[in-house]
Amino acid sequence: MTVSDKDRSGRLRRDFFGVSMTALCGGALALNLVLILGLLSVISWQGARFFWQKDLPEFTLTDGSKILGEIHAQQTIPAATAGAGGERFQIRLGNRDLTGGDFRWIDASAIAKRGLPADAVLLERLEWGNFYGRMVELRRGAELLAQGSEAVWKAFPALHETKVALRDEIRRLEKGEIGDVNLEIEKLRLATRRLELDAPPADVRARRQAEIDLELAERQAEYETLASALFAQRETLATETLVMEAADGTRKEIPVGAIVRAIRPNEMGGLAKLGLYASRVREFVADEPRESNTEGGIFPAIFGTVMMVFLMSFAVVPLGVLAALYLREYAKQGLLVRTVRIAVNNLAGVPSIVFGVFGLGFFVYTLGGSIDSLFFPEALPTPTFGTGGILWGALTLALLTVPVVIVATEEGLAAVPQIVRAGSLALGATKWETTWKVVLPAAAPGVLTGVILAMARAAGEVAPLMIVGMVKLAPTLPIDGDFPFVHFERKFMHLGFHIYDVGFQSPNVDATKPLVFATALLLILIVTAMNLVAISIRNRLRRKYAGSAV
Amino acid sequence: MAEVESTRPGAFQTGYLPTRESSVAGDPALCPVIEKPILEIDRLSLWYGKKLALKEISLQIPEKQITAFIGPSGCGKSTLLRCINRLNDLIDEVTIGGRILFEKGDIHDPSVEINALRKRIGMVFQKSNPFPKSIYENVAYGCRIQGINKRSLLDEIVERSLRGAAIWDEVKDRLDESALGMSGGQQQRLCIARAIAVEPEVILLDEPCSALDPIATAKIEELMEDLKKDYTLVIVTHNMQQASRVSDYTAFLYLGELIEYGLTRKLFLNPTKKQTEDYITGRFG
Repeated sequence: MTVSDKDRSGRLRRDFFGVSMTALCGGALALNLVLILGLLSVISWQGARFFWQKDLPEFTLTDGSKILGEIHAQQTIPAATAGAGGERFQIRLGNRDLTGGDFRWIDASAIAKRGLPADAVLLERLEWGNFYGRMVELRRGAELLAQGSEAVWKAFPALHETKVALRDEIRRLEKGEIGDVNLEIEKLRLATRRLELDAPPADVRARRQAEIDLELAERQAEYETLASALFAQRETLATETLVMEAADGTRKEIPVGAIVRAIRPNEMGGLAKLGLYASRVREFVADEPRESNTEGGIFPAIFGTVMMVFLMSFAVVPLGVLAALYLREYAKQGLLVRTVRIAVNNLAGVPSIVFGVFGLGFFVYTLGGSIDSLFFPEALPTPTFGTGGILWGALTLALLTVPVVIVATEEGLAAVPQIVRAGSLALGATKWETTWKVVLPAAAPGVLTGVILAMARAAGEVAPLMIVGMVKLAPTLPIDGDFPFVHFERKFMHLGFHIYDVGFQSPNVDATKPLVFATALLLILIVTAMNLVAISIRNRLRRKYAGSAV
Repeated sequence: MAEVESTRPGAFQTGYLPTRESSVAGDPALCPVIEKPILEIDRLSLWYGKKLALKEISLQIPEKQITAFIGPSGCGKSTLLRCINRLNDLIDEVTIGGRILFEKGDIHDPSVEINALRKRIGMVFQKSNPFPKSIYENVAYGCRIQGINKRSLLDEIVERSLRGAAIWDEVKDRLDESALGMSGGQQQRLCIARAIAVEPEVILLDEPCSALDPIATAKIEELMEDLKKDYTLVIVTHNMQQASRVSDYTAFLYLGELIEYGLTRKLFLNPTKKQTEDYITGRFG
């Protein structure tokens, strides 16, 4: 082997090594992309599928019994069990009030006949979940309004519409007028308590107490009237009933007012199903949850998540930006600043639950407790701010995300050339004017990068929020029509916790599994939407300062 | 160098008087006495930490003339320029000795307000440094800092400054666009407009053309001739042809010392010192 041959083979080996390393790097990137796309597609597919109405087949089993339900899952029977190798179906039977369960596994071999009866009806109900069966009668007390599957199906929509309107009216009454009266009564109770605490002279106290009592009596009377009206309307809601017959012949009388919608899946065309799909998605996004979160919508959770993230951003931006300004522009760069910087970076790595515990100890107990004893002593021992709430949740997450904002802002500031600062100073500007009017605007895209990262982090964080104000079910939104309209002390719902609660804490895990995917999909969409807004702002800033290094 | 060692870094030695006489001061051939100086640099020394960067430099800068500082890299000409508007204050561990008199007043006097001083002594930098703002706001910046926010007045100042910097016709239709979208030469002229907007008395130019092509350089040089009518200009340049073309007086610095100072024509045609001759003929540097 000549020298040049040896050279050439060495070069070839090195070329080969270079090529294979390039391939390895590319492969790693490709693998990452595949994983992310896989994650997104699994969640999107499972989440989006949930709202699509499937056919409603009726099975006649080999033993002669009939069952009606949607095919929920299908699997091969494992080798160790009887009938190994065959298929089996998980059928969603609904009718929880009759049978006690929602699902049943049936071996394919046990099915004698399978049909798609046109008159099979799916009822979505306010309580007890779905009902699968056929319509038999529509009655008002003892009076028969319609009889027979077709007749009832024809008569049902008009009656149902009036009931839905009535139901809305009842909800308005409950949430609106009765809620207002209750709020007034509560205020009067607090006023009484306040009077006791203030302990004014006896005559003043007696006079004011008398005023309060008078008002209270009025409100009580008002409440009685409203309550009896409500009671009457509830009675009306329950007068008409729909008699349904399940596949096995059992009959069930269901108040028409308790039905969300009635459909005949086997009769529906693609277009009708698409309409149903849209209406279900709208319901999911815009309605409140029912049946301990297993049904209905998730609007309060969406609202809570978005509002909490906004509050968090309002808190974290000034805090992080000012801290970064001091670190980068004012502090003398030395050992101390380096130490602080390392500490800030490490803060981002502290387990989030630790922040939650801190938030509970500092914000909720100390700060909230002080606010309560100073401003809301009459409500004690019921805490107002001294318990978890959306403000404390947002502030806890602001602490959690402030390192991200500091680091990103510092990078933005560092990228502003020193000569630009000198240019401003040379015009007679003070250091603060230079920082505020020249350096910070130039670093604004960097700040926004930090905000984007912080928002994404905050929207997905669950653990710390569980102890500073996030709840499974919040009766009221943090913003409503009652003065002062924004209620920072209220507890809130959150999509991240909702996913956990629905998927793993509900009594009917099989039925709610698709909800987990749908909620997760929504969470991704919301985070994406918020990020897109922030990114578009950042791009606008970048274009405005085109050519800036940040 | 005993006094160097004993000097505490970071402290301004205002009123510090050196022990030895400067080599060129008092010699009219090397450092002429100017009749109506606007700036008088008197035995100015500067240390970066313990390193002596300027050695007792004394010279006088005439009003409404162009004075050029030339010399090889690292000779201290930019440092000297930045002393005049006290921009070296920004750097940690700088010690300054000697005096600079601006219209007979010591710029290091504690009663001098540094921002007011910098407003009167403007500066244009080696690399154009427009702010990340619109062209209009760049020029208006200095005025806004002074508290001038009246739109009509600002409009007038912006137009006058841009015309003064010979760039008005190129940008008048895009005043609201980002200044960072302009060409290098335009950016540098914008920086000059920005400097004259606050109506300074002196403009310091720190190698203003070093990043520009010959055409842009010619424009700036032409502009400097115009500006001379209203302002005192002090320019640091690497380019000896430029110094000989534009300046009235030239100072040659070498290794932190002022070697020779005088009328440009005399310094270039008939230098007194051998070092000066070697440098301007290109034998070193």
